[in-house]
Amino acid sequence: MTARRTRRGGARILAVALGLAAGSAVATAESAEVMVYSARAHYGQEPAMEAFTKKTGIVVKSFGGEAGPLFERLKAEGDKTPADVLISVDAGNLWNAARAGLLGKVDSPETQANIPAHLRDPENRWVGLTVRARTIMYNTKKVKPEELSTYEALGDPKWKGRLCLRSSTHIYNQSLLATMIKRHGEAKAESLVKGWVANNPTLIQGDTKVLEAVAAGQCDVALTNTYYLGRILAKDAAFPVAAFWANQQTTGTHVNISGAGVTTHAKNRAEAIKLIEFLTGPEAQQMFADSNFEYPANPQAGVNPLIAGWGKFKQDDTNIAAAGEFQAAATKLADRAGYK
Amino acid sequence: MAVGPVGRVLALRSAGPSLWTWLAVGITTVLAVPIAAVVSSLAMPAGDVWRHLWRTQLLELVGQTLLLLIGVGIGTLLVGGGLAWLVVHHRFPGRGVLEWALILPLAVPAYVIGFAFIGLFEYAGPLQSGLRGWVGAGARLPEIRSYAGVVVMMTLVFYPYVYLLARVAFREQGAASVEVARMLGRSRGVAFLRITVPMARPALVAGVALAMMEALADFGTVASFGYRTLTEAIYRVWYGMFDRIAATQLASVLLIFAAGLLLLERHSRGRARFTQRGRRGPAVEPVRLAGWQAGAATGACVGVLALAFLLPVGQLAWWATSAVRAGQVAPDFATLLWHTCALAGATAAVASVLAVLLAYAGRLHGTATVRVAAQLASMGYALPGAVIAVGVLLPLAWADHALVPSLERALGRPLGLLLTGSAAGLILAYVVRFLAVGLQTVDASLGKIPPSLDDAARVLGARAGSTLRRVHLPLIRGGLLTAVVLVFVETMKEMPATLLLRPFGLNTLAVEIWERTAESMWQEAAVPALTLVAVGLLPVILLIRLTSRR
Repeated sequence: MTARRTRRGGARILAVALGLAAGSAVATAESAEVMVYSARAHYGQEPAMEAFTKKTGIVVKSFGGEAGPLFERLKAEGDKTPADVLISVDAGNLWNAARAGLLGKVDSPETQANIPAHLRDPENRWVGLTVRARTIMYNTKKVKPEELSTYEALGDPKWKGRLCLRSSTHIYNQSLLATMIKRHGEAKAESLVKGWVANNPTLIQGDTKVLEAVAAGQCDVALTNTYYLGRILAKDAAFPVAAFWANQQTTGTHVNISGAGVTTHAKNRAEAIKLIEFLTGPEAQQMFADSNFEYPANPQAGVNPLIAGWGKFKQDDTNIAAAGEFQAAATKLADRAGYK
Repeated sequence: MAVGPVGRVLALRSAGPSLWTWLAVGITTVLAVPIAAVVSSLAMPAGDVWRHLWRTQLLELVGQTLLLLIGVGIGTLLVGGGLAWLVVHHRFPGRGVLEWALILPLAVPAYVIGFAFIGLFEYAGPLQSGLRGWVGAGARLPEIRSYAGVVVMMTLVFYPYVYLLARVAFREQGAASVEVARMLGRSRGVAFLRITVPMARPALVAGVALAMMEALADFGTVASFGYRTLTEAIYRVWYGMFDRIAATQLASVLLIFAAGLLLLERHSRGRARFTQRGRRGPAVEPVRLAGWQAGAATGACVGVLALAFLLPVGQLAWWATSAVRAGQVAPDFATLLWHTCALAGATAAVASVLAVLLAYAGRLHGTATVRVAAQLASMGYALPGAVIAVGVLLPLAWADHALVPSLERALGRPLGLLLTGSAAGLILAYVVRFLAVGLQTVDASLGKIPPSLDDAARVLGARAGSTLRRVHLPLIRGGLLTAVVLVFVETMKEMPATLLLRPFGLNTLAVEIWERTAESMWQEAAVPALTLVAVGLLPVILLIRLTSRR
């Protein structure tokens, strides 16, 4: 009796699941639309996407996920993929997608005029949308900005036991190391990392956590992306941490991007290109800048007033494709140098 | 999986290598496809990642992984088994509530407990900040991001498996054996160690094996604690070196660990049988604790509950109120809920049916084929969700490209991707990942039924299928229900496979949580996370109520 009841209940649930499967497999409509695979968190709520639909009537559909697995799905779907645009965080992921032949060349003078050369693919398969600066953060009660200068100088013994770093596992740090390898060569980059490691850095997962550790006095200096500080300051103006622009006298501060490319098998290629042209234009760029305290990739757009006070800074103009090209080398370098 | 010697039924074996063997092999073949896709990466060329890992840290990773498994194994055995023994064999203030409350942490995802735990105990957290303000700037607690921290944390997350299974086993034991020992002049302590624990061994070992496999597959917790394991290395190789092939090759190493655990579990049972003949008889008379002993018992239970449940849920509730005040709540909550429950319900149903079939096939035919089949079907539990997801994705995408075109020609219209990104594919991934939970639970219940019952049914003319339906299923109802609830709750919490394989538009609560936590906006994630916990609590409480009846 009970067994039979359970069985019937099970069958009903199964039927529901199959219904879901069938519903999802139904082909999409005829109206102009563009499908975006996005590794940017909050992919569904980007104000810039809504503005695009309002302006052009083209509907933007978004599917979000982690960059690595999203790449696998796009690759496995091959020529049947519903994705027209891939948006990813970190240039390395875009470089990797381009290398695997998943992103097609786009010849758009408008996009090229919008975005500086070092923030887009030399072969025009992807382009930066927002800039993420990774620089030195310091506790304003314990450190004077005059004591700071470069990434390299964080290896100075005076920072022994005073440095906090996010784990080398995270892609932001891997990209930082990758561009350093590109610029200085592997040997010099390795000695730099060994300098950090010799200072016994406290390793903390998550940029926000790193900033909180600096504020609490667990360490005095750290490396994080600036928008995490922006977010905290928006809630707590008295937060005792400030950003210092690293390497201004030398190579410039390391920047990374979140960016976009048109997929090789895009079914709505024209709409996809239109979307990227719009997203790199001043109007959308302003929205990106306002929503997450990131820097717009298009220099014509202004920055959020909250971070405007940090001033202008010189970006490292190494082409950001290096983040992908030297990423594996960077991971290995960190392993060799003992940076966990 | 320990299918086999427990229920070897001689009378039925003569019926030949029947349908049941084929059924077991058939189920396993389907479930083994994703795992085979992972293992097949071994045949593909990878970069020089292996040489690099060998030179730098492979041994360290293997050692750290083993240490973690040992720590979590001992931790969950002591906490889960100890608490079960306390609540079943003793009476102390609050026991009635604590007995079921101790299962509640099951509904809290590990990533939530981990985050709350770190947030409270880290240097910048309220505890240490308060301590510094009180004692002075030099005051510190031991670093939470350490081996001990990870083991304590994982013990708190995974002990409910051991607790759940051990509690049922202790309850079902009956007083007879213990009383014989007492009559023969043994103390309570000796009777516990020599009778109660050995008799509950299958349940204890099954629970510990589940906890250890979870620890093996975990990425989120070890990553946030900065503890390096093989699974952490898989992600580093995959995301950091863009070498998915090498990453899946590393995952194959995890399978060796999983096989080791399963063998260990089987071996620990050996050829012993753990059935109870005849009626259970009177239950063990619980010891009434008084004074400091009663206080210590209550304190131990409340302490574990506070750390594993009240603390993280309280933290979530705190964030959720401020998120609601700020208006950061997803608009289509009902849809998210419905998707989450439908997927988890379907997975729980499929997994439980498969678990019963596999376990019963093992009971009927304890042959090597069936045993190996059951073991293979359990391996997925030790693999990280993202790796299984890729293992499911590749064969489905292959089928979509190789098989669907001919179907399209026959129908004369394009079908697109039928299998890739379908709910069926996602459910397959869930089943591969969580079947072990159902199988362990069902198998442990089935093992307690004496084979003489099978023989009796057989003598009375019942066939195997009808014996299962009319004799075994009613008897293992509690175990089956436990299996359904465990798989349901596990599926609800699952994140990486859901993210990769879900159909377009089919978002769940876990996806909603990811969207917010990916950029460490925990406050905004609190509302969906709290909902997930609340929904997970319902079946858990139902389970407790139904299994508490005598």
